[in-house]
Amino acid sequence: MNPSPQPLVNISRVSKTFRRSAEEIPVLSELGLAVMDGEFLALMGPSGSGKSTLLNLIGGLDRPDTGSVQIGDDRVDQLNDRQLAAWRARHIGFVFQFYNLLPALTAERNVELPLLLTGLNKAERRQHVQAALEAVGLANRSKHFPRTLSGGEQQRVGIARAIVTDPTVLLCDEPTGDLDRKAGDEILSLLQTLNKEHGKTIIMVTHDPHASARASRIVYLDKGRLSDQPSA
Amino acid sequence: MKFLPLLWAGLKRKKLRTALTFLSIFVAFMLFGFLGALKEALGAGVSMAGQDRLIVRHKVSLIQTLPESYLARIEAIPGVAAVCHQTWFSGIYQDPKNFFPNMPVMPGEFLAMFPEFVLDDAAKQAWLNTRTGAIVGRATANRFHWKIGDRIPLRSPIWGVPVGQAQWEFDIVGIYDGAKKGTDTSQFFFRYDYFEEARQLLKGQVGWFTVRIANPDQAAQIAAKIDGEFANSPYETKTEPEGAFAQGFAQQIGDIATIMMAVVGAVFFTILLVAGNTMAQSVRERTAELGVLKALGFSNPMVLVLVLLESCAIAMLGGCGGLGLAWLIISSGNPVPSLLPVFYLPANSLLGGSALAAALGLAAGALPAWQAMRLRISDALRRGG
Repeated sequence: MNPSPQPLVNISRVSKTFRRSAEEIPVLSELGLAVMDGEFLALMGPSGSGKSTLLNLIGGLDRPDTGSVQIGDDRVDQLNDRQLAAWRARHIGFVFQFYNLLPALTAERNVELPLLLTGLNKAERRQHVQAALEAVGLANRSKHFPRTLSGGEQQRVGIARAIVTDPTVLLCDEPTGDLDRKAGDEILSLLQTLNKEHGKTIIMVTHDPHASARASRIVYLDKGRLSDQPSA
Repeated sequence: MKFLPLLWAGLKRKKLRTALTFLSIFVAFMLFGFLGALKEALGAGVSMAGQDRLIVRHKVSLIQTLPESYLARIEAIPGVAAVCHQTWFSGIYQDPKNFFPNMPVMPGEFLAMFPEFVLDDAAKQAWLNTRTGAIVGRATANRFHWKIGDRIPLRSPIWGVPVGQAQWEFDIVGIYDGAKKGTDTSQFFFRYDYFEEARQLLKGQVGWFTVRIANPDQAAQIAAKIDGEFANSPYETKTEPEGAFAQGFAQQIGDIATIMMAVVGAVFFTILLVAGNTMAQSVRERTAELGVLKALGFSNPMVLVLVLLESCAIAMLGGCGGLGLAWLIISSGNPVPSLLPVFYLPANSLLGGSALAAALGLAAGALPAWQAMRLRISDALRRGG
């Protein structure tokens, strides 16, 4: 009998409270979540429900007050700042709502950024960048600056930057939130391809039911708690 | 090296602002270069002064003369190794604006006293053999296109003219060079015996004595002995190290070094504020970008170094560019040879200027870099979004 597979992302009893002056704002409370390797998870919920906070905890951008965040073999909540930075570079690919490309760098230079933290030489970096841009269908736009690309193209560059180091998990924060329906669909198709054909584990925060429908599983977050059904 | 495009991207993000900051630093360091050359020019006598040489002059002022007979009495003082004298001639060549220092000296003793004036043996011999012979420094020879064999007429408002002549005339027998950079090669020296014989007034009087002492550690004691020797005489003396004498001479037009430091200090403080504000503004505008870099795995110290490098790059490019242009202009020629016989940008000013540029970059970038380092990623991304 095979042992049951371990989740790639395992969040256990995580709580997070923000403090503004004397006011305490609880965002996540004793939350648990498991995401399997190769899963495409959509995380939905109303504004202020803690979706982005949860994504930040998984991506090592923030630390929980209590509980544990384990990605693969790493206890992310126990890493110090320096270790976290190195861990993020190796294991996490971020896709942001507003693309967050550096405007003064060309598409290929933007995609190359995470590779600067690796030991790859220039030729190897170029090879990886080219492969990532081909994967998102933008190989012919590599020398373009972000301002000369459409929103959809900029988000593709953002995705190429996220996948160029072949990370363990792709974290997407409203990846279609700033795009029209057609461009949004193209991005969602691309994410689906990365998930189905390349086996990428993807966790996507979205408000959009149309986007979440592309995921293999949807979870809902409201008032700091997760459920499989949207709250009434 | 692989981070250079990232650095460059930061610089060209706001091209106009970067260019204006670069220009302000560029101009400040060009000014620094010129002031460095000016300071060197005014302090040339001080920096070239011999450690083992004293100057003996009239106690009242440099323009009062001393009896030539003092030479033998000074020579007799224990610790004195050699003595020679010079006298301000104030000769004018064609026009007062063609100023250069000119003095009668005792050729053999003078050349032994000042080894920094390099003259070949043939020229030395010619000077000793030619009563109207004169030697001139390379800078002045080049300035007036003089060559050996030329006869140079000078008028002196102090000493009149020799009997039966319309003006003083000297034959150039040698052109001397400086033993090292910074040696004044603008001067013109001729023989004292010819001057003494031909002058109409103050015969037997000289301007000042230069004394070489055997042990520089005893300079103060020997100076006191010399002044003691002539105390309560009609020609009391003031003896001081050659460097102090030169400094006193330079300070007749004010404490240039202090004025210069005040100007440079004010300029640099202003530039520091401008560059610091530019960097702070640049970091504020790029909060989200810095957040993204951190999210991608750039560590806090890496972000700190990136911002500091950017600040240092502007400062170093502007600073070294300004110094470089100053060096080029200064090297192309002395604009006022009559006022500044030595005019060049010394290596220590170039090195000091470069170090100052780096320090400016670090100081201007320190606070913004610290803020960038402490930036919380989630806050940065939220603000950027």
